[in-house]
Amino acid sequence: MSADTILPVLTQKDFASDQEIRWCPRCGDYSILAQMKKVLPTLGIPRENIVFVSGIGCSSRFPYYMATYGMHSIHGRAPAIATGLKVARPDLTVFVITGDGDALSIGGNHLLHALRRNVDLKIIMFNNQIYGLTKGQYSPTSPRGKKTKSSPFGSLDQPLNPLSVAIGAGATFVARSADVDVKHLTMVLERAANHKGSAFVEVYQDCNVFNSGAFEFATKKDQKHENCIYLENGKPLIYGNDRDKGIRLNGAGHPEVVSLSDVKDDDLLFHDESIDDPDHAFRLAQMRWPNSPEPMGIFRCVERPTYDGEVDRQFHDCIEQQGSGDLESLFHSGDTWEVKAK
Amino acid sequence: MSSESPASTTNGKSSNGSKTLETVESIVIRFCGDSGDGMQLAGTQFTNVSAIFGNDVSTLPDFPAEIRAPAGSLFGVSGFQVCFSSAEIFTPGDDVDTLVAMNPAALKTNLEDLKRGGTLIVNEDAFDKSNLKKAHYESNPLDDEGGQLAAYRIHKVPMTRLTRDAVAGLGLTVREADRCKNFFAMGLVYWLYDRDSTPTEDWVKEKFSKYPSIVEANLRALKAGYNFGFSTEQFTVHYEVPSAELEPGHYRKITGNEAVAMGLATAAKLAEKELFYGGYPITPASDILHELSKLKRFGVKTFQAEDEIAAITSIVGAAFGGALSVTASSGPGIALKSEGIGLGIITELPMVIVNVQRGGPSTGLPTKTEQSDLFMTYFGRNGDAPMPVIAARSPADCFNMAQEAVRIAVEYMTPVFLLTDGYIANGAEPWKIPDVSDLYKINVQYTTEPNGEGDEYLPYLRDDRLVRPWAIPGTPGLEHRLGGLEKWDGSGEVSYDPDNHEHMIRTRAQKVANIADSIPEQEVEGPESGDLLVVSWGGTYGAVKSACTESRRQGKSVAHCHLQYIHPFPKNLGQILKNYKKVLIPELNAGQMWMILRGVYLVDAVSFTKVKGKPFLIGELCAKIDEVLAS
Repeated sequence: MSADTILPVLTQKDFASDQEIRWCPRCGDYSILAQMKKVLPTLGIPRENIVFVSGIGCSSRFPYYMATYGMHSIHGRAPAIATGLKVARPDLTVFVITGDGDALSIGGNHLLHALRRNVDLKIIMFNNQIYGLTKGQYSPTSPRGKKTKSSPFGSLDQPLNPLSVAIGAGATFVARSADVDVKHLTMVLERAANHKGSAFVEVYQDCNVFNSGAFEFATKKDQKHENCIYLENGKPLIYGNDRDKGIRLNGAGHPEVVSLSDVKDDDLLFHDESIDDPDHAFRLAQMRWPNSPEPMGIFRCVERPTYDGEVDRQFHDCIEQQGSGDLESLFHSGDTWEVKAK
Repeated sequence: MSSESPASTTNGKSSNGSKTLETVESIVIRFCGDSGDGMQLAGTQFTNVSAIFGNDVSTLPDFPAEIRAPAGSLFGVSGFQVCFSSAEIFTPGDDVDTLVAMNPAALKTNLEDLKRGGTLIVNEDAFDKSNLKKAHYESNPLDDEGGQLAAYRIHKVPMTRLTRDAVAGLGLTVREADRCKNFFAMGLVYWLYDRDSTPTEDWVKEKFSKYPSIVEANLRALKAGYNFGFSTEQFTVHYEVPSAELEPGHYRKITGNEAVAMGLATAAKLAEKELFYGGYPITPASDILHELSKLKRFGVKTFQAEDEIAAITSIVGAAFGGALSVTASSGPGIALKSEGIGLGIITELPMVIVNVQRGGPSTGLPTKTEQSDLFMTYFGRNGDAPMPVIAARSPADCFNMAQEAVRIAVEYMTPVFLLTDGYIANGAEPWKIPDVSDLYKINVQYTTEPNGEGDEYLPYLRDDRLVRPWAIPGTPGLEHRLGGLEKWDGSGEVSYDPDNHEHMIRTRAQKVANIADSIPEQEVEGPESGDLLVVSWGGTYGAVKSACTESRRQGKSVAHCHLQYIHPFPKNLGQILKNYKKVLIPELNAGQMWMILRGVYLVDAVSFTKVKGKPFLIGELCAKIDEVLAS
């Protein structure tokens, strides 16, 4: 594109495809789709340079509803497909849309490896703690004891903590939000989209058919500020409807709830998303409701070279140092001999 | 032919006073020893010097799946067979003329392949109590004069001791000194077959340039072996195999895996497109990943994926992005790729899947060859999911077929299977280096304009060959979504319509069938009609061709039809099968091509199978041909 081309100003509508949306009425996915359409025009990226890749599950229908390039692929493999695409085409902006079953169960391996490589992908995982498309079996994030079609006496599986997994895998951007928390979700998606490297965003998403109300603690107006801590970079961890409670590390280094009337702000735990050491983010990720107030927002945002960028650098370094490949000399490399005409 | 007695003449030349130099047409040597004895190196070096000298060569490496099996054990034996000839050859030979056995286990596991009267060279130092016990010998076979070794010309050489003597004074540990004994064995064989050792000396100097004492030790061992043959009275005759009359031109030695990698890089370079290779290490396909990872300057990006599934799906993503996309694996890995290949079929994206076949099922025989993945590549996906399958016939042919796989994938917007096998992947032969200007240049065209009404882009609007366009991300106005769900023909929108689904199933199948328009007609070697047609495919080419040639030489009416295009078959194959009274289909599986040809053409063919992890011998094929002709 020449420098004097004026980029058209895109709006939400430019990102809506002509497809009829087939999610259940009142599904949390609608809100996430709406916020994504809000965020994309702010990125200044031409529509044709954006690709959504998804796996299988309700959330994975997402690419059909975006007027960008997209692929609705096979179960669990979206991070691997997106890795191939991004390595082949580092110029593209690539989102992965996935769910808790898709990302953490059948596709767990690919998620780990995309994150540890720091492929420049924006991975948005819709967590509804249930298998929706197959009509209601427990998922790898369902709580123990959850009664579902496949666990009539209660699930015996210990759930995975998605953010701990992501931090453990070395993700450079880790965040959490909730489907109906519109402003917060928009902010998180925008930050993820602007991160250079693997961004992992867990979005609490209500499946009102098979797991209704699983995240009311984090979405109900009167409850969410009592149950959640909205992380602000460089600020102490303070929460509560009256912002009267905070988090401090006790002598053993564990977070504990304190009343602000008892301590000074300086004694509280301060949030710093840019700490390279994952301990801080991991500690926050371990704080789960109802045992503790639960942090929401950006847990970790650090810089590390991206995998696709490094592959591209090595690729171009080789061409620069060795010259563009010459087939003639490739064929004649090694021991050769000549058979002369007699 | 190596299976026959070499036509031997005493040419009167004498390399020193007491030794006679005889000329022979063709020789088969096998080096065998512990997997740590450096037998693959010895075989490779012997092959190199013979190829550079101008012989035709063909090799068969045979090594255990264990990297370092317990020393002296029967299952830890590693072998390398090479046939070198002054005539054109197509296999590494049936029977071994000269066997070099570095220990009792190697002798025990390889002796049956040595022809009676053949030359047996053993390292007698290795025949101690412990090694004999590990090889399950109750007594030392070397001491048993008139025993099982009486049928051979045996040379007992104290290689360990002589090697230690040769490297004495270099400050090497005993262990290091003993590791040089493969060079002693090479030196002896170089003398025996009048080879010029210069290329090996140069290789040693370069390979160990950082370790001058190792260079010196290996060179001394090589020379000591050579001189041992020259001076000892054990050897009275040595042999020369004159150079072969190959087509004039420049040659190099190439293995199938090297040729696949080079063919892929060539296809990409000539198409002026990037090649994306996603792979996961697996025997015997890993060398393709190794070779390609060196070739970045040819526009190659390699991605070592976390598993086989990520390898195949990464290339789906890369193909969507517009790269020439390739993965390679072997049986167990291909099994894991099945779902990803299905996605490639329904999204109709170009990609190449190389299957270097090995013995199965399951982990099976990782280092041994077989042709038993034909069904898996032909059928092995859920749903009606046909895709093109082609097969290389020799190490050098892998270069052509790799380019052909890319061509079919791009021209027909489909995944393509390229079948090779452990035998041609690891085996080597001389490759006549092509002229770059003679190579086919694949024309890759991305769609950039809308093709529907108004500004609409229809990703599944097909041309008259039923091929859909390839529009890649980054192209304004052509934004579209692909996926694994069935789609409406033309628009590509998700569709559960029953008639559309049947239409799409038949359309995708017809598109693959249309590839027959772009491939050469099937050729037959031998009479155009007659008593017997032998149909082969893949890596058995050399042995079957040789057997058919031999049968014709004996006056029999035997033709050979070797298939490189397996799905679709060449258009004239059905007619060819009708031109002969009998059809014989030899293959290294339990009869897979036999069943497919019966199913497709209703041909009442005879199946001849071997599933031992080993290639066909020419002799056993000749015997089967005679049996079928007589029946």
